[in-house]
Amino acid sequence: MNASASLYPVPQVTAVSKPFWAACLQHRLQLQKCESCGRFRFYPCEACPDCRSTAYQWVDVSGRGKILTWIVVHRSVDPVWQERTPFVTGIVEIEEQKGCFIPGIIQGVAPADVRGGMPVKVEFEETNPGVVVPRWRVQ
Amino acid sequence: MANKPLAAIAGIGWTDYTRNSGRSVESLALEACHHALADAGLPAEKVDGLASFNLGDSVVTSVVATNLGLPKLNHYADFAAGGFMACGVMVEAAMAVSAGLADYVLVYRALNGASGQRYGGFEFSRMLAEHGVHTDAEQQFLDTAGITMPAQEFALLCRLHMEKYGTTNDDLAAVAMSGRANAADNPRAQMRKPMSLEDYRNSRWVAEPFRVFDCCLQTDGACALLVTSPERARDLKKAPVNIHAGFTATGPRNRGSMWGNFNIDPTTTYADLHADRLFERAGIKRDDLDFAEIYDCFTYSIIGQMEGFGLIERGEAGEFFRSGAGRIDGRLPINTHGGLLSEGYIHGLNSVVEAVEQLRGEAGPRQVKDAAFGLVTAGGATQTGSAVILGRH
Repeated sequence: MNASASLYPVPQVTAVSKPFWAACLQHRLQLQKCESCGRFRFYPCEACPDCRSTAYQWVDVSGRGKILTWIVVHRSVDPVWQERTPFVTGIVEIEEQKGCFIPGIIQGVAPADVRGGMPVKVEFEETNPGVVVPRWRVQ
Repeated sequence: MANKPLAAIAGIGWTDYTRNSGRSVESLALEACHHALADAGLPAEKVDGLASFNLGDSVVTSVVATNLGLPKLNHYADFAAGGFMACGVMVEAAMAVSAGLADYVLVYRALNGASGQRYGGFEFSRMLAEHGVHTDAEQQFLDTAGITMPAQEFALLCRLHMEKYGTTNDDLAAVAMSGRANAADNPRAQMRKPMSLEDYRNSRWVAEPFRVFDCCLQTDGACALLVTSPERARDLKKAPVNIHAGFTATGPRNRGSMWGNFNIDPTTTYADLHADRLFERAGIKRDDLDFAEIYDCFTYSIIGQMEGFGLIERGEAGEFFRSGAGRIDGRLPINTHGGLLSEGYIHGLNSVVEAVEQLRGEAGPRQVKDAAFGLVTAGGATQTGSAVILGRH
């Protein structure tokens, strides 16, 4: 096992996702907001799936939401994730918009106590030097 | 009375399904292809079409064409795709034949899925993101959230089904136990010993709500099928099996390996949108089905798809399987070979092979009596999938 195997994965940033990760570095959660219909979208893409407009801005969101679905990871093929087991990860619906979902590790709750609809707030974890990723903390 | 078929399956072949083949994927692919040709009684040089799919773990059609010494290919297709393409490659071959693009198309899937390239892990998802079907922005968000394995993605969907319909782990156990019981009479199956409810409950968690017995068997092996026109098939050795209808289809906004499942009710599947058209094209009703081979990368996949195809009511799966309805002699036998959970994971194409054996009446002790129509699906309770309806000659 080489040294990199015990490091967290570095996001494979794409042109359209770059601003998301840049905002995370500043501990801000930013999403694309369509300039035409005003709807948020995630994950990043060039055109609005609702109105097809390609005009958008990266906008701060509150970072509050609720749990849509979750799992408890007990086994992972990635050594770094295996070391962290058991952990809860899932998908959160943001407060600003029904149907806008962001995945992330869910913290601050025992695995057996997680329920759908629980309120969460975003927090940030520096997983590698210069890499900050969003996590969700149960409120 | 079914509609005129698109094409026919004239030959099937497979290798042993094992945990460690000790051979190259190329050699597995060739063995399966040669078996399919021998089964049909067709000389290799007659093959003028090839189709396959892979996730960076197989040999592409040009390699197989070279090894088979084919004089030329009139049609070929290499899909960079997951198991949702397992029936899609059959559709591709059927379309090529019915459009007159090629006369004899070999379809195969070959992999060392246990001893070679395994699925999961962020190195694998990086490969997919850079080179594969999921060349997209999705993987970076899943990798960093600890979601790097198919079991985790499907467990997220299963959880929602549990919340909405009260589905339980014992329901998942009933799915797994039914397939395992069917596998007892399948010499190809890797897991033939019956599974008890206790066995299921004692198996370790992988991604709660999934235990290890909710997950299919990563497998080394290959299988192949020969597709041709119904007319040409009649001149070959075995009774043809007709391909009456098929699709390779998705729901809305079906981007990425997982994200596309969350744009409409995640407890629904591609089947909800596409089943009616499939049965209409085939010219049969759901009640005409004598069995179904439902893609079971995970136990829950069977539940979501059976509901979507309208084979059971929503939330009824546990009761269906506990009652024995999915057994060989049941109301609608499901995964007569034991499925990917018990036979093995040749990425779903092995379920098409099983359906052909059933429709030829060659399935021995696990033969469904008078099997005339079978449904085969590919895609795991997500918004992307493929399917075929096959019929006895």
